[in-house]
Amino acid sequence: MKLSRSRKGLRVAAATVAAVALAVSGCSSSGGAQETSSSQQAGGSGGAVNQGPKAYTIAVITHETPGDTFWDKIKAGVNSAASNHGITIKYSNDPTAAGQATLIQNAVDSKVDAIATTLVTPDALAPAVKAATDAGIPVVGFNSGIDQYKDLGALMYFGSDEALAGQAAGERATEAGAKKVLCIIQAEGSVALETRCAGVAQGAPGTENLQVNGADLSSVTSTITAKLQQDPTIDYVITLGAPIALAAIQAKDGAGSSAKVGTFDLNADAAQAIKDGNLEFSIDQQPYLQGYEAVDSLWLYLTNRNDLGGGKAVLTGPSFVDKTNIEAISSYADAGTR
Amino acid sequence: MSSSVKAPAPAPAAASGRSTPPLSARLLGRPEVGALLAAVAIYIFFFIVAPPFRDFTSFTTVLYASSQVGIVAVAVGLLMIGGEFDLSAGVAFITAALTASIISYQLSVNMWLGTAIALVFALAIGFLNGYLVQKTGIPSFLITLGTFFILQGANLAVTKAISGSVATQNVSDIDGFNSLKAIFAAEIPIGDAKLRITVVWWLVFVAIATWVLVRTKIGNWIFAVGGNAASARAVGVPVNKVKIGLFMLVGFLAWFYGQHRLYAFNTIQAGEGVGQEFIYIIAAVVGGTLMTGGYGSAIGTAIGAFIFGMVSQGIVYAGWDPNWFRTFLGVMLLLAVGVNLYVKKLSTTRRSS
Repeated sequence: MKLSRSRKGLRVAAATVAAVALAVSGCSSSGGAQETSSSQQAGGSGGAVNQGPKAYTIAVITHETPGDTFWDKIKAGVNSAASNHGITIKYSNDPTAAGQATLIQNAVDSKVDAIATTLVTPDALAPAVKAATDAGIPVVGFNSGIDQYKDLGALMYFGSDEALAGQAAGERATEAGAKKVLCIIQAEGSVALETRCAGVAQGAPGTENLQVNGADLSSVTSTITAKLQQDPTIDYVITLGAPIALAAIQAKDGAGSSAKVGTFDLNADAAQAIKDGNLEFSIDQQPYLQGYEAVDSLWLYLTNRNDLGGGKAVLTGPSFVDKTNIEAISSYADAGTR
Repeated sequence: MSSSVKAPAPAPAAASGRSTPPLSARLLGRPEVGALLAAVAIYIFFFIVAPPFRDFTSFTTVLYASSQVGIVAVAVGLLMIGGEFDLSAGVAFITAALTASIISYQLSVNMWLGTAIALVFALAIGFLNGYLVQKTGIPSFLITLGTFFILQGANLAVTKAISGSVATQNVSDIDGFNSLKAIFAAEIPIGDAKLRITVVWWLVFVAIATWVLVRTKIGNWIFAVGGNAASARAVGVPVNKVKIGLFMLVGFLAWFYGQHRLYAFNTIQAGEGVGQEFIYIIAAVVGGTLMTGGYGSAIGTAIGAFIFGMVSQGIVYAGWDPNWFRTFLGVMLLLAVGVNLYVKKLSTTRRSS
């Protein structure tokens, strides 16, 4: 009884001290939490920030539509390269061409040390990229813009060739005996996705495109179901994103179709589907690598004037993931880096 | 006698003393004052939290982003004062840009011709919206929702059918491009900074709209048809003409902004523009325009667009996690509308007391 009361007293005292400490830190401009996080940072980066001649700030600008697992892997790559070199990353994204151009202008205004950007609409982004290079800010392209990055004045490029990757997917479907392929486009009016499906059509001549609303997976499922019911001759479905592949598998089951499904890009669920035999293959363009190399190469350029690729684009794909190699890769897919 | 002489002397003082609260109340009662206060607060906020925001070069980028919303929002705001909505304004500017681009490229004609045809087409869409609303009596919300879907599908399908791709070809080497670029997408150097010409056009449109609203008969008509169309008609206001005219004005400014997109970015992606219609409406509402019509101002709408530009760019300059972007935006807009309402309430209670 007495013991418990004194414990209670202790607890009250401890709580009071904690509350006072909280209140004090709340008043102070450099509170405890701030100190902890900054000391963690210093410890985490192994003092690289202090040792290096300069802590660089790099802007990473993409055409990400929020909520796609693909971009998480780009960001994972960006962040791990940044933490290796003590780089501060300013990440921003806008799916529209005008919005992305404004973000590049923002980065120039903010006087960042370098810019890595996806060049998904090269013609539209050209003036903004020029403004950056005019201001003496080095730019690298990644993920999209393989044919145009040089004309825009970007130093290097990291990504896969969409047309080539699409063609590889189409050829793979044809080898598996596909007669009629359905290529699913999940973002209306995206040039990169259209290019992929055009590539698929080159590899598999009987290819038809289907437009779905990628922002709403349940409507994706019902649209694909309806299409498979309407045309039972479709024997292969190729999707252009991992979440869409899973919707396509559901749709296939719902429509009672025996079509096979292949996809671009990988995530943990898609990796599991490959293991289970529901998904034939994934064409991995290794987004982690794209994000990592974009930042890492800029760091090498800033500190050592290196360039990677010898004036040519550095390809990160297409790299096939299927039943033969999924075991070695799936743990990384679970970790969100493949 | 002396008292009667003295009496007038305090009278003006008393009168001016009495007229001072009405003056401030009148000032506070202006639709845009709440938005202005919110804009100042948001400006100070980002000035503190986002160091790059303080530079003049950044400010020109903020103004540019504001003008991207503000130009079409001027017309959408006037239309809302006139008591109607236009949900097709977002995709309509893409339609106008696509039309100019595709016609000029496919027919190999001067860009001036393509741009002129696009103008006629944009005005026709506006006319059709207004005509259908007036003839059928179906709410403009539904009519323009229909136009929105029609245009969204047509943008994509026609572009794909004609050019084989979902984006238009680069038209920057076609005759007339450069002269039109100078009109729609020039950059005016001010020191290190570059001011986009859309900012100038935006301010010009706001000034004209304000003048029309405040000083002309048409301005009175717009308020009248938005406040009460039946009684406006009863006193001889040409309600149909005013409303159709307002829809055509939206078409005109959507065309104007669409041409900016084309000449600034050389190519147009057919799937864009969706969702912008709400941004225009939000700019007008944040700026004090009533959603029920009959009340609002062009300056208020401009301030609403400016708030949108500041918040959308300020979040980037502050380097916040972009996944929260829309959330920040929503909170800021709610706060702006809240300040707006509060000021409006303040002014009405003062007036009544």
